[in-house]
Amino acid sequence: MIDSIKDLADWLSEPTRYSIGTALLLLLVVRFRKWASHPVVFAITCVLIVAFFLVSWDDPNFNRIVTKPDNIPIIMMIGSLLFFTWLFLRRAVLNDERIKRGEPTLEGQYAKQKVHVWPDLVYIELICMVLFTVFLIAWSIEIEAPIEEPASQARTPNPSKAPWYFLGLQELLVYFDPWIAGVLLPSFIIVGLCAIPYLDKNPKGNGYYTYEERPFAINFFLVGFLLLWCSLIIMGTFLRGPNWSFFGPFEYWDPHKLEPMVNVNLSEYFWIYLLDQPRPENIWLREAPGLASLFAYFVILPPILGKTLFRKIATEMGPERYNVMMHLFLWFVLVPIKMVMRWTLNLKYIVGIPEYFFNV
Amino acid sequence: MEKLFAYIRASQIWRSIFRHGYPDTPRNRTLAVLSNFFLHLHPVKVRRSGINLSYTWCMGGLTFFLFLVETITGLLVMFYYRPTAELAYQDIFALREHVPLGVMREMHRWAAHLMVITVWLHMYRVFLTGSYKPPREFNWNIGVILLVITLLLSFTGYLLPWDQLAVWAITVGTNMARATPFIGHEGPGAALVSFGGLDFIHAGDDIRFALLAGRFVGEGALLRFYVLHCVGFPLFAAVLMAVHFWRVRKDGGISGPL
Repeated sequence: MIDSIKDLADWLSEPTRYSIGTALLLLLVVRFRKWASHPVVFAITCVLIVAFFLVSWDDPNFNRIVTKPDNIPIIMMIGSLLFFTWLFLRRAVLNDERIKRGEPTLEGQYAKQKVHVWPDLVYIELICMVLFTVFLIAWSIEIEAPIEEPASQARTPNPSKAPWYFLGLQELLVYFDPWIAGVLLPSFIIVGLCAIPYLDKNPKGNGYYTYEERPFAINFFLVGFLLLWCSLIIMGTFLRGPNWSFFGPFEYWDPHKLEPMVNVNLSEYFWIYLLDQPRPENIWLREAPGLASLFAYFVILPPILGKTLFRKIATEMGPERYNVMMHLFLWFVLVPIKMVMRWTLNLKYIVGIPEYFFNV
Repeated sequence: MEKLFAYIRASQIWRSIFRHGYPDTPRNRTLAVLSNFFLHLHPVKVRRSGINLSYTWCMGGLTFFLFLVETITGLLVMFYYRPTAELAYQDIFALREHVPLGVMREMHRWAAHLMVITVWLHMYRVFLTGSYKPPREFNWNIGVILLVITLLLSFTGYLLPWDQLAVWAITVGTNMARATPFIGHEGPGAALVSFGGLDFIHAGDDIRFALLAGRFVGEGALLRFYVLHCVGFPLFAAVLMAVHFWRVRKDGGISGPL
């Protein structure tokens, strides 16, 4: 019984199933948020998760990866993400119902009342500080900060992992070259975050929780933050072992585990499989199909979408805002697109010009 | 006992520090905030909805608190630490083996991990409540920069124990810089930056070399990261935090429905 649960967990956490599974889960939770955010449902979910942990605790492989001192904060992060996402959904659902009935929101009903900072706010701050100090001291006494062997340039540990908060980007190295995963995408994340307040012209939902008044913004952030950032960090921490191979939570980290590398470039698909001829010598001709599809994606697609699917958004935003938003948005969407193409078509590069380190 | 407290409160010393009576009247509660340097970060009154924990999640305040914890514990750890390739590891090891009741490094490390998480949750809350919307657009931007500084603070601190975990995590992290377009020697376009067949961008002068003060994570990188970690980024963060808090008040206090 327990063994079959473990096998199922290992099977489910294979990267393709893991990514599609978490995406489906988020979709279902948001779609049926009224039901999913019910306190009873949330309580049952928590009990099930705790039960899973307790049952798994005795498994040596699970125990080793979960109790690693530096992984404990990530367990806390998972817990707090679950809790706060639930809290958001709960309050958003309640507020949306209130707005429909014409009542003030949970926040709005007290917004006109003012309270003294001393004592109302100062005491909350003091209590939080005391509790967190106690928590930190207890944690520090209980768990010793690890120190490994002295640094050596000669011995590379396997796996070599970046600090945990960058593991999402390291996971993207599976799908993209470093200049995209390590330089371009982080830059776009920072620029994109900065641009958010200037792109989102929806005046509603300022200062209270809501879903229905700004579904696009909320869904965009939930996907970006929970799926593309946090969930990839969790995967990079717990499910990636030696050689960056995938390992289930109950699997032994065997450094000799082999994963077949059968990835194919788009140019090979086009010239060899489709036209049945060798790839041309000329780089630009060879990569023409990939370059053309990138051109179509980044240059032709935005105006078409602006006239059709995003018509309402495009007219509301105006051309400058719309183009900036679309460019950032298309990069954002390129990440899951490339992941799906890798899983389904074994696609390596859309454009592969290793001669100039230009691989997309 | 009552008499003793009354005597202390009437003394010149007490009255020179606290220039108001016991804060149980509106006037004295106002003065308690206004006449205290540390408390006057706050307004005198706030919206009742704005101090609700299930609204604010308390994550911004906790981030600031953790920054203070990092400052204090970091200062204490600095007493025991010399940032050179020969001594760094030994010092950390000695700190663990020989310093009685030494939990400062533990606190520094766990609070640092926690701070990254609280920053993220703070931004999560601010996004979900739409608090970046006008008039708070610019303060959201300052927040984004503070997020980057928090990550850089953690990243530079990661190297300092000088063990295998530290050096190789930073190696993996900074390897990305090699691939920076035009200014990394393995980045697209780097080959174009040449003159008469002479490459300007190579492993000895590209952006990664500037970060690490060398071709690999060595002594130069350790010193550079140490200085940035202990002086550069904290100063930068402190200045931006001051602006961040000031703008919270200037932009209308903790966000709430209009």
